[in-house]
Amino acid sequence: MSSFNSIKWKHYANYIAVAAFTIVFAVLSLVGGLKTSDIYMLEKIAIAIMLAVSLSMVVGFLGELSLGHAGFMCVGAYLGGKTAAVLEPLLGEVPTLLISLLVGGAVAAIFGVIIGLPALRLRGDYLAIVTLAFGEIVRTVFMNSSSESFGGSLGLPTPRFDKNFLFIIAFVLVLGCLAVTQNLIRSKHGRAITSIRDNEIAARATGINVTKYKLIVFTVSSFFAGIAGVLYSYSNFTIQSTNFSYNYSIEILVMVVLGGMGSINGSIIAATLITFLDVKLQTILTGNLAVLQDLFYALILILIVIYNNAPALKGFREAHNFKNLFNKFKKHSPEHIHDDEAKWDRVPTKINMDEVLSVDIQVSSPYTPDKTDKEDK
Amino acid sequence: MSKVVLKTENLGISFGGLKAVQELNLQICEGQLYGLVGPNGAGKTTVFNMITGVYKPTTGKYYLDGEDLTGKNQEAINHKGIARTFQNIRLFNNMTVIRNVMVGLHNQPEFKCGVFASMFRLPVHFKTEKAIRQRAKEILRIVGLAEERNTLSCNLPYGKQRKLEIARALATNPKLLCLDEPAAGMNPNETADLMEIIRRIRDEFNVTILLIEHDMKFVSGLCDEITVLNFGTVLAQGSPDVALNDPEVIKAYIGG
Amino acid sequence: MKFIETLINGLSMGSTYAMIALGYTMVYGIAKMLNFAHGDVIMVGGYMIFVTMASLGNPILGLLAAVVFCVALGVTIEKIAYKPLRGASPLAVLITAIGVSYLLQSTAQIIFGSAPKMVNVADLGNVKFAGLTVPVYILVTLGCSMVIMLVLSVFVKYTKTGRAMIAVSEDKGAAQLMGINVNKIIMITFAIGSALAAFAGFFMLMKSPSLNNTLGAMPGIKAFTAAVIGGIGSIPGAMLGGMLMGVVEAISLTIPAIAPYTDAIEFLILIVILLVRPTGILGKKRREKV
Repeated sequence: MSSFNSIKWKHYANYIAVAAFTIVFAVLSLVGGLKTSDIYMLEKIAIAIMLAVSLSMVVGFLGELSLGHAGFMCVGAYLGGKTAAVLEPLLGEVPTLLISLLVGGAVAAIFGVIIGLPALRLRGDYLAIVTLAFGEIVRTVFMNSSSESFGGSLGLPTPRFDKNFLFIIAFVLVLGCLAVTQNLIRSKHGRAITSIRDNEIAARATGINVTKYKLIVFTVSSFFAGIAGVLYSYSNFTIQSTNFSYNYSIEILVMVVLGGMGSINGSIIAATLITFLDVKLQTILTGNLAVLQDLFYALILILIVIYNNAPALKGFREAHNFKNLFNKFKKHSPEHIHDDEAKWDRVPTKINMDEVLSVDIQVSSPYTPDKTDKEDK
Repeated sequence: MSKVVLKTENLGISFGGLKAVQELNLQICEGQLYGLVGPNGAGKTTVFNMITGVYKPTTGKYYLDGEDLTGKNQEAINHKGIARTFQNIRLFNNMTVIRNVMVGLHNQPEFKCGVFASMFRLPVHFKTEKAIRQRAKEILRIVGLAEERNTLSCNLPYGKQRKLEIARALATNPKLLCLDEPAAGMNPNETADLMEIIRRIRDEFNVTILLIEHDMKFVSGLCDEITVLNFGTVLAQGSPDVALNDPEVIKAYIGG
Repeated sequence: MKFIETLINGLSMGSTYAMIALGYTMVYGIAKMLNFAHGDVIMVGGYMIFVTMASLGNPILGLLAAVVFCVALGVTIEKIAYKPLRGASPLAVLITAIGVSYLLQSTAQIIFGSAPKMVNVADLGNVKFAGLTVPVYILVTLGCSMVIMLVLSVFVKYTKTGRAMIAVSEDKGAAQLMGINVNKIIMITFAIGSALAAFAGFFMLMKSPSLNNTLGAMPGIKAFTAAVIGGIGSIPGAMLGGMLMGVVEAISLTIPAIAPYTDAIEFLILIVILLVRPTGILGKKRREKV
């Protein structure tokens, strides 16, 4: 029994929460308590969670800014969707689903490696624009594909898994994604990854293989983005490449950032809430009011970020926040901190922008050892 | 004469036309406490950066235990056995003290555990995690940070942050430990304490120590041998008493 | 002949990109932030031209109104959304900028609806010389933007304010200690960037009269790409990157086989250039002091 007590339940709280959530809605759907639109929303939520959690590995834990997450999803959606469309008549539903999930994830992971390679050379802000470019390239290529291959601008028709189970499968996959990411982060490898975020130079000097870990993170993250893409292709009747523009990447980034840097639970909650709000606003604000949806979204976003980050509001934030309220009810040692959480204002190392305005055409400063190598020869 | 740990041969680097360090010949023997001193801008930290692979030397070579490490990257050099601290402290600020040290233990062969083993929580993962934590605690005890092990490293006072950096470097099990101004910003009591700790580290970890320092009392009280640099060239080498009384050195410091 | 026409067209498109890229690069260099809403300022400028043209019918007045309005808008955005976050994490500022971008787009949609508006700025016809047929608007764009860029370069390099801008971008703290009003300099930077965006909006409407609330989104992203290609923070770099982008786009659009992939080609060039030169063509290499 001692081993039972030594389990850190806190570490498993999010699995339990997600599982409970799934079971409740699974039961509801079996007894017929869910409308089709609700089921569709649940599928969307599962996809959003998976995207946010996988992006959170790159942004929150590795500390690199990626603006091309939708690109990986796009690769997964198209390849998984195509595989499904081809195999469906031959193999039947379940094997097709499994194979297309694997194909979508694997191809996206390969692209993750391809994008991870420049990440080794480029600093945060430059990497961000490269990932954005990658996403747009992928999208353009699929948009101009022939109608026989990937459907081109008309979109690729996919076999929608037209049952009430898809969201259950999706949530099971979310649990899998959660387990893998969380296990990775809460291990020595996760420590190595966060050390790169906190101080890359020190991480190198401490013998951390930065190259290896950046590649691992990009691979795992894009693998799950690919899986999410396959789920997306199953949940919709056609895949349109316009749905994977950089705007969508940014939407995922917003979920991660609002959830809190380096907080997987935060990403889950933010993804759920934002998707829920998005869908609900769409149903509430119809007709002439539909235009207000984006306006609300934008205003909420700006206010939340300014409230959470403005240096001038620091005192106010510290005096009134949920954690203090929580601590009042529960004896909580102030020293205790979550193992893998990071404060926003303490993650400045990688995504910093220190390029300087210049008017001179000076290709590079003379103080670069690389250049002197050549001069001395 | 005991074994030579670090040997540099005509090591030098130039940035553009500026020769930051030139013709540096060092020989550091096993178990030595070696000091690198010199006025500001003398090229001391540049020497560290070359030895640890941050910069690639433009001339010369250097050897650790007879093995040529010139031109290798930082990670590889750390694996070979050179660890360092930084002049402007570089800790993993979002991690607790003990986790900083645990990162240092990452590459130790006895704590091997594959990525997949961690991802799928194989038993070896739990075993290594426990062992790493245990070892990190021991290291923290030696540098005197055992009490603060669960504090966030950025919340530590300055002197303790320096100690933590030393602990993290030590965790990589180096043959040569390079300390860049370990006593900077410490008060006299802390400095005396640090001298004691550095001696203890050398004895308990059987490590050779190369340090940069401005505090002459610190250097002469601690080091067995020193090299004085000025404008990238060696002014004097030898025991602290001899080297610091060299007329060239006095001229460089006081002016003339 | 055809090729030279394409080239001139490319340079004209490129100068529009360069104008937008300058806004990105200056804000990036001085406020150290990626102003995602910059592209949408172009769109606002476009609507301002539309409104003025509809009421007064004069394109030049429209341009003036757009410049004034965009400058006011840029400065207001900076004051309300970005200034409170000075000193906060760059990510937070980035997300706010994204929020502002959405805000501008949705506001424009609420006011003007989502159907595209037609703005016929001016029909200037074609000009023929040396066997070339070139639309006049292309020459106007090219000429105007050249002058603007020249003035800007001289301004930054030789005036007191311009030098203060460079000082702020090098080291905000030190600049403040030297008596430079950092807030004012950042405000001026936003004002200049927004004015350039208004001009870019005018040129874009001369090229194609259709105007909707996402007018600035894609050109904004491409101009940012151009700024990065040239080396972010570098004013000559932004001009060079913009021109390169425009020429590539113009050439690619004339070749039917690759025309649909034009966007992809431009982004691919960015990736290739960054792999060869990680800080862009004219970017300065910054080494972190260890």
